[in-house]
Amino acid sequence: MTQNSPKPAQSSRTPMREQNPAVRAHNFDEVPLGYTETEAQTEARRCLQCRKPLCVGGCPVNVQIPEFVNLIVRGKYVDAARKIKETNALPAICGRVCPQETQCEERCILGKKGDAVAIGNLERFAADWEMSHGEFAMPALRPKNGAKVGVVGSGPAGLTAAGELIKQGFDVTVFEAFHEAGGVLVYGIPEFRLPKEIVKKEIGYLLKLGVVLERNFIVGRTATVDGLLGEEGYAAIFIGAGAGLPAFMRVAGEDSIGVYSANEYLTRSNLMKAYKEDADTPIIRGKHVVTVGGGNVAMDSARTALRLGAETSTIVYRRTEAEMPARSAEVHHAKQEGIVFDLLTNPVAVLADNNGFVTGIRCIRMKLGAPDESGRKRPVPVAGSEFDIPCDVVIVAIGNSPNPLIRETTPDIAVTKHGTIVANEADGRTSKKFVYAGGDIVTGAATVILAMGAGKNAARSIGEDLAKK
Amino acid sequence: MPKIIKKESLSELVYRYRIDAPRIAKMRKAGQFVIVRATTDGERIPLTIANANAAEGWIELIFQVAGKSTKILSILMVGNEIIDLAGPLGRPTHIERFGRCLCIGGGVGVAPLYPITHALKAAGNEITTIIGARSSNLLLLEHEMKELSDRFIVCTDDGSRGVKGFAADSVKTLLAEGEKFDFSVIIGPAMMMRVTAGITVAAGIKTTVSLNPIMIDGTGMCGGCRVTVGGETRFACVDGPEFDAAKIDWDGMIKRLNGYRSFERTSLEKHNCIVTGRPA
Ligand SMILES: Cc1cc2nc3c(=O)[nH]c(=O)nc-3n(C[C@H](O)[C@H](O)[C@H](O)COP(=O)(O)OP(=O)(O)OC[C@H]3O[C@@H](n4cnc5c(N)ncnc54)[C@H](O)[C@@H]3O)c2cc1C
Ligand SMILES: Cc1cc2nc3c(=O)[nH]c(=O)nc-3n(C[C@H](O)[C@H](O)[C@H](O)COP(=O)(O)OP(=O)(O)OC[C@H]3O[C@@H](n4cnc5c(N)ncnc54)[C@H](O)[C@@H]3O)c2cc1C
Ligand code: SF4
Ligand code: SF4
Ligand code: FES
Repeated sequence: MTQNSPKPAQSSRTPMREQNPAVRAHNFDEVPLGYTETEAQTEARRCLQCRKPLCVGGCPVNVQIPEFVNLIVRGKYVDAARKIKETNALPAICGRVCPQETQCEERCILGKKGDAVAIGNLERFAADWEMSHGEFAMPALRPKNGAKVGVVGSGPAGLTAAGELIKQGFDVTVFEAFHEAGGVLVYGIPEFRLPKEIVKKEIGYLLKLGVVLERNFIVGRTATVDGLLGEEGYAAIFIGAGAGLPAFMRVAGEDSIGVYSANEYLTRSNLMKAYKEDADTPIIRGKHVVTVGGGNVAMDSARTALRLGAETSTIVYRRTEAEMPARSAEVHHAKQEGIVFDLLTNPVAVLADNNGFVTGIRCIRMKLGAPDESGRKRPVPVAGSEFDIPCDVVIVAIGNSPNPLIRETTPDIAVTKHGTIVANEADGRTSKKFVYAGGDIVTGAATVILAMGAGKNAARSIGEDLAKK
Repeated sequence: MPKIIKKESLSELVYRYRIDAPRIAKMRKAGQFVIVRATTDGERIPLTIANANAAEGWIELIFQVAGKSTKILSILMVGNEIIDLAGPLGRPTHIERFGRCLCIGGGVGVAPLYPITHALKAAGNEITTIIGARSSNLLLLEHEMKELSDRFIVCTDDGSRGVKGFAADSVKTLLAEGEKFDFSVIIGPAMMMRVTAGITVAAGIKTTVSLNPIMIDGTGMCGGCRVTVGGETRFACVDGPEFDAAKIDWDGMIKRLNGYRSFERTSLEKHNCIVTGRPA
């Protein structure tokens, strides 16, 4: 780079400072520390401001990336955040948890030859800046139209739908089964990756706009979808109930004491604060913890185990790292913190003592065979290769399926054989009139940004459909 | 927030709360429960809806002080609010006209048994009831259960009231007398359910038990309440809590129930010092 170059831009991506791995493995504070203003400037200036930005097409909600990055370059950080918010209501969250390497950043033109622009990091910078420096700005709300819309679930799908609907002039009530709003953002993703304060602020913002939150309200039980549409006078219902029912391995010994689903383990730690010394909800703090699975959920569980005091925390995954569905940043962070990866390995039994407490997990080595329907090479067991890993806690993170409550109590809504609700991707319409759905309840376990996109699409079609009514 | 509108002490460690909760009162059916949290950062605990009145908008909970969370709940007063109350949860009891029903409750299990017996009676069944406890001062709802029953037996382990012995002994006596039953429901401590259901199932009586595994969310999200029923993993909070007694893997169920025992002791001991100023 010469001194008089018109656009002094460094060729490699500006790294984000992080807590030292040896220290952070024992606390719940956030791992990446965020950009300073100077770092954000340096990174933002790398963007070529493409006329036809490929990055935007990689973002499921089409955030206007060059525009917001340019606002950062011009020092207009609050405006940059508001630019993002035109299409993405939760930038502080997405900047942290989106799998950018397979979305916006994968398409960035700079990525073809070198490092893509760190779009996620910049998104986080702008959003954090707005939270700490910005004035609360009331968005344009259309006049109240008198119609009520109910939203089931307060995860990213439900929150996004609620935000869009309130702007359209509807009275919006969000029904949440738990005592706290946020869905997976509060009970699943741990504090060290997504501080709960940020989720609280985003929810606080919606409440300021007039969204009503009914916690401890289980749709299907406290009231049914039909009850809400009928006697309670809701004109439409959006279902964003997530995919919360944990799958188990179905191997011997799985009901031993010390075997948790990732949901239970993370809920005990995050939502019920078991990581605090004086919490009422206990958690078994294993010395040697084995987590089964290769997604974000597995990474979060294994890293939480370290922070709860485990001496060793091991991931057991039946394929190779290339097939791991987790964000690459999470795998990288996990490795830095000393998580052991036992790849091409599959559990065959959980071992326990006479009192039923876990003592280990029996595994078998796998090798990759012919590709399956999804095109991924199918792992096949290597005969006679069984071995035991001693441990006292086993966390099962092999997937979730939709909760049966809504479909059991809403008989006329079409569902797939996997239990997900059938809904159009483009408009969220289900087989039931004035009932819409989106997020993990439709797609099965997916991502925050896809759930938000679905909430937004459904809100738009609710507006259209109710206008015609 | 739901308010406590009436509080009674039924025995030394057992309380009955009437709580203003119109939505739950309207929707609940026999066999369902609620999740209660008495303090911020507190545990979510499941308690059966023992009684309800939809017109007046209240539900009743009957609970025994077992550990920290129930202890904290027990010191609330009339007029206090319960910070979190969610429900009704669980599948309602399958009620039909079976014919002759045998309803058996042990300890605080009589509380959840009451609404089920009530519903069975209302459906036109003939009711034989056995309620038991360790000692007479721990017997619950004697008067209420008696009123619902065509035949009523009380037993205590120490013989301080009614027949001396376990509920299972009274079942054996009835069967030996040649009594026949079409349906039985048993609710109580896990061990008591296992032993008593062993007898009714062996006698060919279709038997339902209400399981009380440890629960976290109560909505089917954590899998903590899983039990093996008929060789399949079922979640007591969404698939139950009632199951066919003949199909339950009791060993697994009881093992998991004991898993947190040492933790809960510690939690209560710490807490007692705060509440009472003395160790538990
Ligand atoms: C541990 C973990 C880590 C993850 N990490 C990432 C990541 O890094 N990046 C990423 O993009 N994605 C990640 N995901 C996936 C992502 O969180 C989900 O795809 C997303 O949260 C789905 O949003 P949703 O709104 O559809 O559902 P959820 O977030 O699941 O929210 C559903 C809400 O509905 C409530 N509910 C359910 N049933 C009812 C009912 N009957 N009545 C009332 N309320 C009800 C639930 O209690 C819950 O609060 C992760 C998931 C987990 C579990
Ligand atoms: C569906 C369901 C309905 C229930 N209904 C009632 C009811 O109507 N009235 C009532 O008094 N109790 C009921 N219980 C039991 C009640 O939930 C527990 O007693 C309570 O959670 C204990 O909380 P704690 O913090 O006070 O005690 P903890 O400190 O958690 O436990 C104290 C002792 O009780 C044992 N224990 C913990 N949880 C349970 C449990 N779920 N079942 C049995 N023993 C347990 C522990 O091993 C320990 O020995 C029900 C449980 C379930 C699952
Ligand atoms: S929302 Fe996610 S995918 Fe879209 S630009 Fe932001 S980080 Fe990238
Ligand atoms: S593709 Fe890359 S360089 Fe081009 S506008 Fe998008 S972020 Fe900037
Ligand atoms: S209590 Fe969590 S699944 Fe039943």
